[in-house]
Order: sequence, then structure tokens, then C-alpha cells
Amino acid sequence: MKQLRHLMGMLITVEVVDTKVCVSDINDVFSYFISIDNRFSTYKQTSEISQINKGFLTEAFYSREMTQVFTLCEKTKQETLGYFDIFHEGKYDPSGLVKGYAINNAAELLRKRSYKNFYIEAGGDIQTSGVNYKGNPWTVGIRSPFNLNENVKILSVTDKGVATSGTYMRGPHIYSPKYEGKLRDIVSVTVIGPNIYDADRFATAVFAMGYKGIFFLENQAGFEGYMIDKKGTATYTSNFPAYIAHI
Amino acid sequence: MKKYILSFFLIFSFLGYSLYERKNVSKQYITRPKRTQQTSARSVMPTATAGSGKTPLQNTDNNQLTITQTSPMYKDGSYTGDVADAFYGNIQVQAMFQNGKIIDIQFLQYPNDSQTSTEINTRAIPSLKQEAIQAQSAQVDIVSGATQSSQAFIQSLQSALKKAKNS
Repeated sequence: MKQLRHLMGMLITVEVVDTKVCVSDINDVFSYFISIDNRFSTYKQTSEISQINKGFLTEAFYSREMTQVFTLCEKTKQETLGYFDIFHEGKYDPSGLVKGYAINNAAELLRKRSYKNFYIEAGGDIQTSGVNYKGNPWTVGIRSPFNLNENVKILSVTDKGVATSGTYMRGPHIYSPKYEGKLRDIVSVTVIGPNIYDADRFATAVFAMGYKGIFFLENQAGFEGYMIDKKGTATYTSNFPAYIAHI
Repeated sequence: MKKYILSFFLIFSFLGYSLYERKNVSKQYITRPKRTQQTSARSVMPTATAGSGKTPLQNTDNNQLTITQTSPMYKDGSYTGDVADAFYGNIQVQAMFQNGKIIDIQFLQYPNDSQTSTEINTRAIPSLKQEAIQAQSAQVDIVSGATQSSQAFIQSLQSALKKAKNS
């Protein structure tokens, strides 16, 4: 059973292969995403994060989930040497972690109901579990930064998180020429991790590191990466080829 | 009567001069990112010496470093500050003075390129493999691409810009 919905400013797809799955299970997954959106969307004036950013809510009164997310963000900031930072120009925006966190929790919801073969995809970030309808590991294409209808790599993944961070969807007009050299014009980085929560938060930080980010990933056990620069040259970590699909 | 007029003239002249001098106080040149909680007990006290006078970089409450001119004139030229221990690595600034004012600040060291960083050290490990990307024709179950919200993208890029700017 497969369902797509437009939520949280992006397309979310939930597909469960196991035949026992009911519509109510899929609905519960989307309800969870809606609750995440209501709490963390910086576009919603009524969200908890907006109340915090307006100064109406102090730390002592954060919800348990908000406190947990802030703690995870701080931990991520330290693990990434400060490159992951949710505080910008006076406001908090934890969306670089919340998306992977939410997909991960939604996958856990399905697992708790004994579903083993499924995937959840939200805005290009994916958590896979088990196998597809053909009984094979899920195949994941890495979208070309230069042609949105093309894939430049096909991966074969089981029980992994795949997250891609990039610039091409929003255009290069935010580039600052002074820093281009340092960022080495990276347009896309795809991270494969043990779960989508870890893959997503690292993808956010790694992209901010520029070219050095791929070396950061190389040093992280359990993570592989594929980084594409504006010339179409890809640099990848040493065990990345293990995930390439051979079809 | 004349005495009063003279006195008032002197007082207002002095006031006028003081206000004029206050306007010339330098604005902040360096800012550090605000932290969500106090995570480090390290103190950051870089100093940039300027010829005859020291220019202390004051650490104010909200973690912003402000350069104030405590003496009216600085010698023209470039001055290198001490290496300061910031959260992510070292900071070292070089300030250029002209006509008693700071006209430029260069970063000689900032955490991005810090040689002491062992985590992102491109020399410690062999070069990684590279390839030209190629379109793949086979069908896939799912596609991973950067379709995330503009907030996250801006966040990524801004954090990089901020690191380079604030380090």
C-alpha cells in the first residue's frame, strides 16, 4: 500500500509492502508528520518553534519533544564541530534535524506494528526497511543536480537512511563569491547512514563544510557519502561502492 | 553677564565636542555565533595591539566582541592579534589602521582551515576516489534529491558563511 501527501512543505511518501497493512496505519504515520509540522514549522505562526522565536516561550516551558530536539541539535553541533547550528540571525530553526528525526520515528511506528518491508520518503530523505515487492533491497536513485529527471547513481539499500543535501533546488543566487573557493562549489551531497535521523543531520552539516565534508564522512564509521561539485565531479567515501546497485 | 555667556559657550562647546567624538567610536567588527547553552568554560580574550595603544576586544553579555577606540589615535599599519581559542578552533585576526580608524580586518586563522583540526583533516587520509557523474537509465523504487525546504538549505549555507565570517 502506498500513499503520498503534501505536508511540511514537501511530498511525503509511505509505502508498505507487508500485506497486513491497513489504511489506518498509513494514516497514523501522516498524523504523526502533521503533529511534527504543527510543532516545528517555522512557517506556521502558531507552532511551538514560532512561539519560541517570538520570545513567548522560555526553555522551562518547552514541550518534552522540543526539549529533546534541542538537546539532539546541541549534540549534533558538537559532533560536527559546530557546522550544524540551528541558531541563525536570532532565530532557531531545527528543520535540518527534525526531518530525519520525524521520518525515523514514523518508521519506528511501523516497526512497532510489526511491519518489516517499507520505506518512508520525505523531501528526498529516505528510511528503508526490508525489501521491495520483488523481494530485493530497495533501489534508490541519486537525483542529478543538473537534470532533475535523471539519476546519476543507483543504490541498493536495506535498513538504511539516505539523505541528500543540496543547493540546486533553490538556485545559486545566495552564493557569496568570497566563499566559493572554500565551499568548492558543492551542489549536492548524499549520505548513507544506519538510519535517516543520523544521515539527515550529518547531511546538513556535511554540506555546510564544503569539500572537506566528504573527509568528515570518511572518518565516521557507518556512514558513506557521495558529493557532487558544480562541474559534475563526484567524490565518494571508500566504502560507498558497496551500496551501488548492479542491475 | 559676559562671564555667563563665556561659561555657557565653553560648556556647550565641550558637550558638542564630546558628542562628536562619541559618534566616531567604531562599531562592532567581529561577532561570534550565539550558543544555545553554555558549553565551554574557555575564555576568549583576543587582543589586537595597535602601535602604542592596546585595543581590547571586549566580551559583552551576548557574546559579541566589540572593538572600541580607547585612545584617539592608532598608528597606521597592520597589526596581528593573538591566537584565540574559540569553540571550533583558533581565531587570529589582523587589523589594519589608517588615520586612527580600523579600515580592515583579516583572518589569519579561523576554524575552517585550522591545521590543528583532526576531524576534518584532508592530509591524514589518502585521497578519496572521484568520477564524472553519469546518467543512469535503470528504473528505481525511490529517488533521493535535495528537495528539502529552503530553510534547511539556507541554514546549511548560512552556517558555512557564518563560520567563515565569524571565525
